[in-house]
Amino acid sequence: MNLTLKIWRQKNTTSQGKMVEYKVNNISEDMSFLEMMDILNEELIVKGDDPIAFDHDCREGICGMCSLYINGEAHGPDRGITTCQLHMRKFKDGDTIYIEPWRAKAFPVIKDLVVDRTSFERIMASGGFISVNTSGNTQDANNIPIPKDDADEAFDAATCIGCGACVATCKNSSAMLFVSAKVSQLALLPQGKLERERRVLNMVDQMDKEGFGNCTNTGACEVECPKGISLSNIARMNREYLRASLVKKD
Amino acid sequence: MSKAFEMFSSSIGRKFVMSLTGLFLITYLVIHLAINLLSLVDAHLFNEASHFMGTNWFIQAMQYVLALGFIFHIVQGIALARSNAKARPQKYALDKPSTNSSFSSRSMIITGLLVLLFLVLHLRDYFWELKFDDMNGHATDFDLVVALFANPLYTGLYVFSFIMLGIHLNHGFQSAFQSVGVNHPKYTPGIKKFGVIYCVIVSAGFSLIALVHYFNSL
Repeated sequence: MNLTLKIWRQKNTTSQGKMVEYKVNNISEDMSFLEMMDILNEELIVKGDDPIAFDHDCREGICGMCSLYINGEAHGPDRGITTCQLHMRKFKDGDTIYIEPWRAKAFPVIKDLVVDRTSFERIMASGGFISVNTSGNTQDANNIPIPKDDADEAFDAATCIGCGACVATCKNSSAMLFVSAKVSQLALLPQGKLERERRVLNMVDQMDKEGFGNCTNTGACEVECPKGISLSNIARMNREYLRASLVKKD
Repeated sequence: MSKAFEMFSSSIGRKFVMSLTGLFLITYLVIHLAINLLSLVDAHLFNEASHFMGTNWFIQAMQYVLALGFIFHIVQGIALARSNAKARPQKYALDKPSTNSSFSSRSMIITGLLVLLFLVLHLRDYFWELKFDDMNGHATDFDLVVALFANPLYTGLYVFSFIMLGIHLNHGFQSAFQSVGVNHPKYTPGIKKFGVIYCVIVSAGFSLIALVHYFNSL
């Protein structure tokens, strides 16, 4: 199939970007979206042009690196997938495809379609961990009894790959789904209970400092999340935050 | 800010404020609708109820709580919308929000501001006239209602505002529960269904009152 692509080009963080039009021909419907981007980049290199920078790593939907806002939707017109799992069969011959980077103040563009998501790292560093001795004498995990329902819910929350689609798709650029998945994953398990209050207060505080917007419960994040992280995690974080605010002593 | 109130300045704390004031206003609307519906039943009954609301000490005290509820909800709502707009300085060239969220959830600030404009008009024509003025020279509260709704443009404006209020409540009702952490596989589907029934009753109920008085005036 032959396609027209409108792609965001931006030299660096400080420069002004713009949408640029490209044509690609003979694209197979069996290709993944990123392979189509590779073909375009090879053509650009042959022509001596600057190839389009975009994030990617595992190309099997587990790392969360590939981003891209495709035709007005995070990870394109399909559900429960990342961009590397999007196939060209979702498009028709002659289509025009808009390809843009994640848009959020907390995700500044580095170059073209690559955005800086280290704001997520700073949120994790503020409380998304448990403090345990890992010097070789850790307890066998199976020694701690955990109800199956809690383990399942914690696992579901832990499937978050931190891709940022929730922020990209939220009309407020809110990071609540991401942060709530990380808070839930640890709050549900006995190992995470020790730092329960500190964790949620610090992570929400860091989230606010990074310049993410506020959640207005539109539910768009849940729909676009490649891992199907549920809004119930945001409700849990709200409860955790309320509880922590009330019980903390300082 | 004092440590005890620190949480209300955070993103989640501000959601609590929106949610709790919203739930309070949701409850208030039920009382308001119930009393207004009396105007369709009997003029005397409506005047009696209106008189009770205007004189009872508890209701008079609650008036100030209600005013605070409105002010907190409106000021916080506008402040949140402003800070949310700043969180995405560069917009998408192509965005399809309708594929993943409802119109009512995305238009809360617009429907909210339209309801606020209506509120100004409503307070001027009813609250002010009943409390501080001569009710436009009418003898009873009922007469004031009938006279105002005799104007088709006025009635149309009211019905439009009630539809906006309905759209606002459609998202607001269920959202208020989610914001305070009430999300449960057993109860949330019921809360959502009840929210839809609630917003239809409020929106249709108030509209019906305006329309019936207009058609009675013909």
